[in-house]
Order: sequence, then C-alpha cells, then structure tokens
Amino acid sequence: MKYLVKKLATLILTLFLVSVLAFLAFQIIPGDVVTSILGTEATPEQAQQLREELGLNKPPLVRYISWAGNVLKGNFGNSYRYSKNMNQMMPVSELIGDKLPVTLSLAFLSMIFIAVIAIPLGVFWARSKNRVLDVILNVGTQTAMAVPSFFLGVLVTYFFGILLRWFSPGRYVSYEKDFWGFVGYLIFPAISVAIPKIAMTARFLRNSMLTEMHADYVRTAYSKGATERQVAYGHVLRNAMMPVVTFLGMIIAEIVAGSIVVEQVFGLPGIGKLLISSISTRDFPVVEILILYITFVVIVVYFLVDVLYRVIDPRISTK
Amino acid sequence: MKRIAAWLKKQNKYLLVGLIMTGLAVALGLLSLVWTPYSPTAMSSAERFHAPSFRHLFGTDNFGRDIFSRVMQGIGTTVTVSTAIVIISAGAGILVGAVTGYFGGILDEAIMRITDAVNSFPSILLALVVISIMGSGKQNVILSLGIVFAPSYVRIVRSEFIRLRDADYIMRARLMGVSKWRILFVHILPNIFSVFWVSVTIGFNNAILAESGMSYLGVGVQPPDASLGKMLSDAQGYLGRAPWYALAPGLTIVWIVLGFSLLSEGIRRGAISGKREVE
Repeated sequence: MKYLVKKLATLILTLFLVSVLAFLAFQIIPGDVVTSILGTEATPEQAQQLREELGLNKPPLVRYISWAGNVLKGNFGNSYRYSKNMNQMMPVSELIGDKLPVTLSLAFLSMIFIAVIAIPLGVFWARSKNRVLDVILNVGTQTAMAVPSFFLGVLVTYFFGILLRWFSPGRYVSYEKDFWGFVGYLIFPAISVAIPKIAMTARFLRNSMLTEMHADYVRTAYSKGATERQVAYGHVLRNAMMPVVTFLGMIIAEIVAGSIVVEQVFGLPGIGKLLISSISTRDFPVVEILILYITFVVIVVYFLVDVLYRVIDPRISTK
Repeated sequence: MKRIAAWLKKQNKYLLVGLIMTGLAVALGLLSLVWTPYSPTAMSSAERFHAPSFRHLFGTDNFGRDIFSRVMQGIGTTVTVSTAIVIISAGAGILVGAVTGYFGGILDEAIMRITDAVNSFPSILLALVVISIMGSGKQNVILSLGIVFAPSYVRIVRSEFIRLRDADYIMRARLMGVSKWRILFVHILPNIFSVFWVSVTIGFNNAILAESGMSYLGVGVQPPDASLGKMLSDAQGYLGRAPWYALAPGLTIVWIVLGFSLLSEGIRRGAISGKREVE
C-alpha cells in the first residue's frame, strides 16, 4: 500500500515535470507565433491584438499556470492552424477527439497479436528439442527484430494489399461508418507493429523458461511424477511469465510509438498523423497536448503493470 | 589454411557474421563518398522503372536514377549520422554516468529521475519533439537523437561505476592518494568497456532505426542529403509498379540493423565467456 502511494506520487510528479517541459520547450523556440499566423504583412496593431487574444503578452509563469489549470479542467486550448470557420478557432480537444480511438485501437490490436502469438511461440520454442527448428526460430526472430515497423508496413502493404489483394491500401474505413470494416483494415497495420515485438517477446519468454527449467521446483515436480507437459504449463510457464509481464509493460511505450509511425504508412487518421502534421506546421498547442497525452497513457500503463505484477506475484510486496 | 579454419571455428559466429555485415555496409557507405556506379542524381527518362539487372543492380526509380548508387549514398548518410549520434550520446553518457555513479548524492538522485522520465518516453516521439523545436535537417537530427539516447548510456555507465567504486583496487588507489578524476577515467573507465561496447552497438541500432524512421516521416535528414528512410517513403507510391524501389532501401536498413544486433550479441557472449575464463 505504502509502495503504491509512493508510486502514485512519482506518477504525478513525472506528469507535472513533463507538462512544464512541454510548455517551456515551446516558449524558447525561435520565431514568433503571431507573425507565423498572420504573415509578415500584418499591422503592429493586428499583431498586438492577436498576442493579447492568445495571452502571449503575459509572463511565461502566468501563462503556464493558466494553461495547466485549463488542461486540468479539460480545456485544451485552440489550435493555431485549424479553424472551425472564419471566426471561430478549432479547440484542440475536438481535433484530437475522433483521432484517439484510431491510435488506441491500433495499439490495442497489436498488443493482442503480441500476447496471442508470442506466448505460445515462446513456450513451443522452449520445449522443442529440434536443433534445426531452433536455428530457424533464432534466425527468424533475430531478423524480424531488425525490421523497422514502417518498412514492415510497406512489406505488408505490398504482400497483402497488392499481391494478395486482401485489403486496398490507403482506403481507410472509418470506425463510425463500418466498425468491422475498420477492424479489418486495422489488422494489417497491427501486424506491422506487432511482428518485431512478437519476435522479441518470444525470445524473451523462451530464455526465461529455459532458466526456470533448472529450478529446484521443476525437479520436485518431475520426481512426484508430473509429465513434461504438466511441468511446462503448470509450473515453469507461470514462473517464467513474471519477467514477461514486465517486459510487455515496458514495450507498451514502443507499441504506441510504433503505432504512430505505422499510421503514416497506412494513411490512418490517428494522433500520429496529427502529431507529424502539427510538428511540420508548428502548431504548438496541439503538439503540447499530444505530448502530454501520450506521456499520460504511457506512465499510467507502467503504473498498472506495476500493480498487476504485485497481484500476480505476492512475493514482491513482502520484500 | 588449416590454421585459418581452426581460428574461424574458435571465433564466435555472431561476432563474425555481424562484423562482415556491418563491415560491408560501412565500406559501401564510405565508398559512396568518392565513387558510385552512376551519379545518384542523374535522371534518364529512357530508363524509368527498370527492374534489377546487371546494369542496374537494384533497378531504377521513377526518374530513371540508379537505385544502387542512391542506396550507397543513403548508407553513407545513415552511417555518418548514426556515428555522430552514438559519439554524442555515449560521450555524454560516460561523463554524466561516471560522475553520478561514483559520487552519488542528490545530483545522482535528480539525474536518475530525469533519465527515468526520458526512458519511459518512446524515443522517436521525444526526438520528434526536439525536432519540432529546433527544425529538421541533418545537424538537428544528430543533436536531437544524441540528446534522446544519452540517458540509456548514463544508466549503464552509472551502474558499472557503482559496482566498481568500492572494489579493492579502487580503495587501494584512493589510499595511495590518486586523484578522483584519475580514478574515474584511468582506473575505472577501462574496466567497463566490455559492457559498454554492447550498449554502443545496440545504440547504433537504435540510432539507425530512429534516423531512418524520422526521414521516412519527412522530419529527418532533408534533401539533397540522401537517406534510406526518405527513399522508402518516395518508393511507397510506386509499390505496385516497381516493388524493388521500396525493397532496396528497406532491406538495406534491415541488413545494417541485423548486422549491428549480431555484433552486439557476439560481444555480449564474448564478454561473458571472457569473464568465465578469468573466474
């Protein structure tokens, strides 16, 4: 309990630090936002007016406090680039709103692929005594780990989209219109995100199981007459899964990052695409919120993994 | 001949294959600085979308440019950029990790919290943030990824310095009145290299993946500098017509990354067996 409170405090502290850094970073950049919005031909009065509208005439600390306060209240501010119509600015929350489900579904689907494929594969690999198979899996996973997710995305597009015609690349189906069509399209980017991580996780689980095979309880289990199958699934796997859970938690950040890059390959309208375009158009309010948001997701997931880990293995909390 | 065969057998295969793969890539990249089979920018409307042949090893692209020459140049950029990134991040990692690990205290605590925060954040995103502040281009890619990867070295160097700071030979050196800086960089530093080289090779991998990812997204190295990631994103539009255009830069990235991961695996195994021999 005490541990969890301490962890929670660190979580909040980290979020606070990231918010300060995210905010400050965009204050020190060269170039004036006002000139970039209005262009160079604006009169000084117009510029001054916009500056006041955006609150840019106040000192940074005041602006940070009002920004952070608004964010906590759920008001994420307005985009510099997008507008609803001539007179109204586009709120960042509306901009992000319909893009979030895309990225999160992609990350979630990839995670399912990883768990469903990597764990049986790792167990199978650890139990197999076939030398040739071992070499094939070793070379295969080693190679899969070396393929960047965007190239994998291109390969998947070529293989499934152009050769097999299982989906039409670039024809994204919105989840609001056709949910199963959306999932069907999402399978392919999810495969691209998942494959390198499947290889990593399977290798990790295999090594973890092989280490556990030499433990005393395995000998005991054998000597009381358990079959090899029973030992593998009932005893070794349960213990070998411990580090794998941590490992899966650790790669969540990478899965989110991978999803963001892969979105670009498949033309998915997720937050990755928004982030890249906001970075190139220097739309800082959007970038700030996205950074904060991604950090939030990643940190909360770490926290949950930590809690889960304690639930699975009660020995840890007694330490 | 027999002696060579015996020597080869004794070597660890990971190290050997990794050295050959990375060696070949680095050699091609360096060669591209002085010579390429064709000019990487020479266009020819008569030779658009030629499939790989002896004339054009990797085929030609939508402008009739020789893809092999362009890949060579891309490797050159990737290798120089990632080397610079590794030098910056590893250098900073050694300095900060050595000082914090050896002296400990509040500074250590503060820096560890920062590295934790940075490590928990996806590296390519962090690099994108830094790029969005500084603007794209070769120098900024190097600087931003150099900053982003430094904390991972800090961690490793720090834990090695903590492990060694209370070793007997360091105590003795301290009693003999050796200065702190000499202890840090002459007595301890050489002893961490077996662990350090593993993280340097992994660092190369991460740097190459991040660099090519960023240029794929269009926020990394900018033209006229050639880059494998940019080539891949250009080629994506012609996937149906000229798949070799995308395969060439993509497989090249895989080749280099695989080479470096085999290399790091080889060094790691070598370091472990080396330790066993000593014990």
